[in-house]
Amino acid sequence: MTALALETKSLCKTFGALAVASDINFKLERGARHALIGPNGAGKTSFVNLVTGVLAPTSGQILLGGEDITSLTRAQRVKRGLVRTFQISALFKKLTVLENVTLAIAEREGVANDLLRPAGHHRALIEEAYDLLVPLGLATEALRPVTELAYGRQRMIEIAMALALKPKVLLLDEPAAGVPPIETGAIIDTIEKLPADIAVLFIEHDMELVFRVAQRITVLVQGAVLVEGPPAQIADDPKVREVYLGESKH
Amino acid sequence: MSETLSITISILFHGLAMAMVLYLISVGLSVTMGLMGFVNLAHGAFAMAGGYALVLLMKQQNWPFGLALIAAIVICVVLSLILERLLYRRLYGGDELDQVLMTMGLIFASVGAATWLFGPVSQSLEPPAVLRGQINFMGRDFPTYRSFLILCGALLVTALWLGLERTRFGAQIRASVDNLRMAQTLGINTSRLFTIAFGLGSGLAALGGGLGADFLNVGPNYALEYLVYFLIVVAVGGLGSIRGPFVAALIVGVSDTAFKYLAPQYGAFFIYAITMAILLWRPRGLFGQSA
Amino acid sequence: MTDSVSPGSPVDRKAVIDAFARRHRFKWYEALPWVLAAGCYFIFDGYHALGAQIFATILFALSLDLLIGFAGIVTLGHAAFFGVGAYAAGIMAANGWQEPLSQLVVAAAAASVVGFASGMIVLRTAGLTLLMQTLVVAALLQELANKWSSVTGGSDGLLGMKIDPIFGVFRFDLFGHTAYVYCLLVLFIGWLIARNIVYSPFGRSLTGIRENTNRMHAIGAPVDQRKIVIYTISAALAGLSGALIAQTTALVGLNTLALSKSGELIIMLVIGGVGQLYGAFIGVPLYMIAQDRFSQIDPIFWYFWIGLFMIFVVVFARGGVLGVCGRFLDRWRSR
Repeated sequence: MTALALETKSLCKTFGALAVASDINFKLERGARHALIGPNGAGKTSFVNLVTGVLAPTSGQILLGGEDITSLTRAQRVKRGLVRTFQISALFKKLTVLENVTLAIAEREGVANDLLRPAGHHRALIEEAYDLLVPLGLATEALRPVTELAYGRQRMIEIAMALALKPKVLLLDEPAAGVPPIETGAIIDTIEKLPADIAVLFIEHDMELVFRVAQRITVLVQGAVLVEGPPAQIADDPKVREVYLGESKH
Repeated sequence: MSETLSITISILFHGLAMAMVLYLISVGLSVTMGLMGFVNLAHGAFAMAGGYALVLLMKQQNWPFGLALIAAIVICVVLSLILERLLYRRLYGGDELDQVLMTMGLIFASVGAATWLFGPVSQSLEPPAVLRGQINFMGRDFPTYRSFLILCGALLVTALWLGLERTRFGAQIRASVDNLRMAQTLGINTSRLFTIAFGLGSGLAALGGGLGADFLNVGPNYALEYLVYFLIVVAVGGLGSIRGPFVAALIVGVSDTAFKYLAPQYGAFFIYAITMAILLWRPRGLFGQSA
Repeated sequence: MTDSVSPGSPVDRKAVIDAFARRHRFKWYEALPWVLAAGCYFIFDGYHALGAQIFATILFALSLDLLIGFAGIVTLGHAAFFGVGAYAAGIMAANGWQEPLSQLVVAAAAASVVGFASGMIVLRTAGLTLLMQTLVVAALLQELANKWSSVTGGSDGLLGMKIDPIFGVFRFDLFGHTAYVYCLLVLFIGWLIARNIVYSPFGRSLTGIRENTNRMHAIGAPVDQRKIVIYTISAALAGLSGALIAQTTALVGLNTLALSKSGELIIMLVIGGVGQLYGAFIGVPLYMIAQDRFSQIDPIFWYFWIGLFMIFVVVFARGGVLGVCGRFLDRWRSR
């Protein structure tokens, strides 16, 4: 079993004349900590949308653990262990923290189609959800509606919900976006502590986070892969400096 | 000449006349829905108000047709602008259910008010003497009033399209329907734009309701009874589209006339079936923007 | 397990999970509607027929609440299912099948078939297109009932319905004594079903769909399938309600399928409060009793005032009676 956790082969997506993904050949190793970076509009979020099935590719293939998932629905991909978070928190705002996570676990276990028994009777799920909140420091707020929590805390719930689905591959779309600097530390800690067997791909603008966590980095520019390699190599690459790092120094 | 041809021409003629009325009433609805995403179910109430104003000014005040028509439009525009300021404005960008409720409330209020003011019986339009009878065109007799309706409609539609294509205001409308945020960042005063579009749309609805009084009977239940037609035109045409509703109005007008003439035992059944089929094929309508 | 100093201590853990897991338990106030309804049987002896109508309509509004309040599906054509149920029961009763309980079963089944079939089409869309399509489905059925007059009686309505006594014992009487109890019992069963669904994992996932459809996709929920299931169940409950009205009034007309019927229903539900399971129990009686009183004074004004009232509710009293009371309570508590 040496199949890659996630792989795309010649992935293309065009909207009319605009190419948001052109011939992307991407490989995510098992247990990897891989960062996807690039300037605004490089097509990073489009890439996540393609991989997770929000967008249908114009051409190309997406393989999850060696299996072709290109034509599967969003839900089917999640069932196979491909899970994402959102750039802008997309939670069930009026529901409690515990309920948010419980909903995810109920879907994972296929319990959510049960319309005969009360949700409270599936106690094991609720316990699991609660225990997931504890290490993330969310337990004290378990019964509060999400909307009452600070944004940094909401980002943690995003991660908690993704973990609740027991992912094999986890796509984090700018996990620290919009979070005040004081709170980013907690998020970085959480990402560093993610179970080692999960392959993590994260999109991020915060270079501190990228270079602290990532083992490999892919740089995306205008929908195409510019360069890929370990952090040291990326930091020294003149092309990257020109396009990306150089840009951010101004 | 064969009977089939004569029937076909007759269906096309009356269908076209009906399409003009449906288009005049619905185009404003399409623009306001496309602009603000506002679900204005009460749009038909403005058409009804226009119909009542025209018929009653002529009948009870003996106003001439043209003057009464202009007065009807003015009354409706003023009424709609007051309501826009007072009520609609509060719900822009709000909850869809709230919009449905508020405009449903307006419909019910319009039903009650019209019954109270004008009684439960529907009013019929009596065109001026010039527009009564038949006119002969290429060896064939056509009802004068409906010919006038088609001509009027064609002129208005042309004026409307030219206005939207050529004027600054038209360009602003088209830009805002296309992308509201972008339009706002470009410095277009979308709030004022919407007020004007709302008033204009209501004015056109009043005109359609007035002129079309011999198709769509002006009675207290007007806004409820014909809502499904207006919504079909807008949804089949495509939200926010200016020309889409015209094609949709043609489809509805001609096929409604055809089915009612050829297969009256089925009534409007086929119109609804066709609508469902079109929307099954293209959920965003014929000319709707894709996601 | 974590150590006892951390916020997630075992004691807290049990308390929090218990609080969450016991939400579905019956609260004392949930008995109120039923106690009241039983009491009203003895107090308002002359109003049993109206009471029966109210109970049947509460069931109708409850079925709509499952769609609007829980799944977030805003529809303008819910009368379609009410009408299908009413016509199903009525046509049976007018053609020799006079046993009421089997009529209820057939009515619910017919409505759920229509709900499932139309749901497959209309639920692919959202927003205005969905509103329009639900409206067109109802209009289509109304036109069908109008034109297929050999079976439905067309615009004259369906006449000549005959209903047997329930269990062969309880005859439907002119004063509505039987109807009152009968409708109340069917409503009770319908309420148990709805309540059970709302608190089930399926019901919770519907709330998730209402709150954030994209997130539901992202946690692997088959969103479209769930919507179709609840649409079908809701249609069945609406069909039951239509059958109750048909049986207890022995009359079915085109208005059972009309847009005004759907519109009025939304208004009743909103007056009570959407998405709280009890809005229907408050809004429907308020609306129908007011209508009954008002109509005797001036039937024309009813629509006018209810329209104005609705505008007022939307602009000033969002959330209906339950919403306003809830906010009032919150303010009082926070003092």
